[in-house]
Amino acid sequence: MPNIYQNISSNKRDTVVIMVLFIAVVSFIGWFVGNYFYDGSGVTFLSLALIFSGISGLASYYTSDKIVLAISSAREVSHDEAPDLYNLVENMSIASGIPMPKVYIIDDSSMNAFATGRDPNHGVICFTSGIIQRLEKRELEGVVAHEMSHIGDYDTRLMCIVSVLVGSVSLLSNWMTRGFFFRGRRRSSSDGGELGGILFVIGLVLLILSPIIATLIKLAISRNREYLADSSAALITRYPNGLANALRKISQDTEILEAANSATAHLYITDPVRDRVGSSISNLFNTHPTIEERIKRLEAM
Amino acid sequence: MVYVVLAIAIVLAVFVIGVYNGLVSLNVKIKEAWSQIDVQLKRRADLIPNLVETVKGYAAHEKEVFENVTAARAALMSAKTPKEAGEADKALGGALGRLFAVAEAYPELKAQEGFINLQKELSDTEDKVAYSRQFYNSVVRQFNEKVVVFPSNLIAGMFGFKQQEFFQAEETEKEPVKVKF
Repeated sequence: MPNIYQNISSNKRDTVVIMVLFIAVVSFIGWFVGNYFYDGSGVTFLSLALIFSGISGLASYYTSDKIVLAISSAREVSHDEAPDLYNLVENMSIASGIPMPKVYIIDDSSMNAFATGRDPNHGVICFTSGIIQRLEKRELEGVVAHEMSHIGDYDTRLMCIVSVLVGSVSLLSNWMTRGFFFRGRRRSSSDGGELGGILFVIGLVLLILSPIIATLIKLAISRNREYLADSSAALITRYPNGLANALRKISQDTEILEAANSATAHLYITDPVRDRVGSSISNLFNTHPTIEERIKRLEAM
Repeated sequence: MVYVVLAIAIVLAVFVIGVYNGLVSLNVKIKEAWSQIDVQLKRRADLIPNLVETVKGYAAHEKEVFENVTAARAALMSAKTPKEAGEADKALGGALGRLFAVAEAYPELKAQEGFINLQKELSDTEDKVAYSRQFYNSVVRQFNEKVVVFPSNLIAGMFGFKQQEFFQAEETEKEPVKVKF
């Protein structure tokens, strides 16, 4: 079974692989839209899509912590207001070398936690009062280490880049639709007959499905980063069973976190909207891996 | 042809500079991690006077114990090398153990809020010392890996980088603390 270091390496490799594929797919789509639906070059369209998407991405990246905290009605706590929690976060900060983030609490009896912030110097970490009360010290330590690993691995930055790419794909797909309906297909006579026609249809189908494909890739990255945060946390605490036990306790908790919704779901340690959406969703659409799989990997380290 | 050679030379230079900088910055991180251990040890030492005063309030006659603790603390504060600091830390740990053993006999002392808080803070500080040592070891590990792994070991050899020592618990630290009454 892979040890902690191997887990971390393979998770980081997975991120690189997924990102390279993603960028290749986005570039192809940009080229395709530009060449087939407009006379302009694919590069122009790709750049435009990236710029538009990028501006909104940057804006959300810099304000991510404030917005999320406001939506979740969290309050900041100092060392004196929550000494045990503060000491735990401080200890994890010393053990990992990640600068001490600001600590927030959400007054809710359900069990969950999240971390955000654009880089380790502006880190923010938040816990529900439920998780603080109901977990034992070594379990809470594992949760703290997991959240700090998200900050230390620059996950906010990565997810922002990914969102920019997903947004670009949606824009390109959108423009394609307008191009198709209002301008018609150009260059039809210069295509290589039947082969050109087939390629065009394939490309068209891919283009229609592209927003869904892009979203699936984004969710795959999100799950991959969760595994990475789990293995990094195991390295910081040298006690993977702490986090495994915490996850077990959290999975048995049926309470719903009122303040969470699908926009902020991916930040939490376990999916807070899991049970609210009704019928079971296939694993591909989950922002987090299944808790059973996470516990299995942790206990094998 | 000249351009190919130039391109190769540039790529090599970038590689060497990259690896060298990586080694140098890890070296700086190691030094910082070491002084962070010191910070936590000093923080622990700062809690001692308060603790001694609190216990003295109830058990003033146990002079020997107080003297041992104060002497060990002074030794820690004036330690110059890491080795001296390690030994002084060990002595302080032993003296503190005896101090708490003494406190066991005084129920009013044990129930006093000030004493309880000090105990908690001391325990937390000892956790912090352990974590800062763990972090020091993990940075040393990263540095040592770079020194032995190919191809960065070539650069390390060229510039004279050697593996650094991990922080080990001293042999006697691993023995259980003997408490004498």
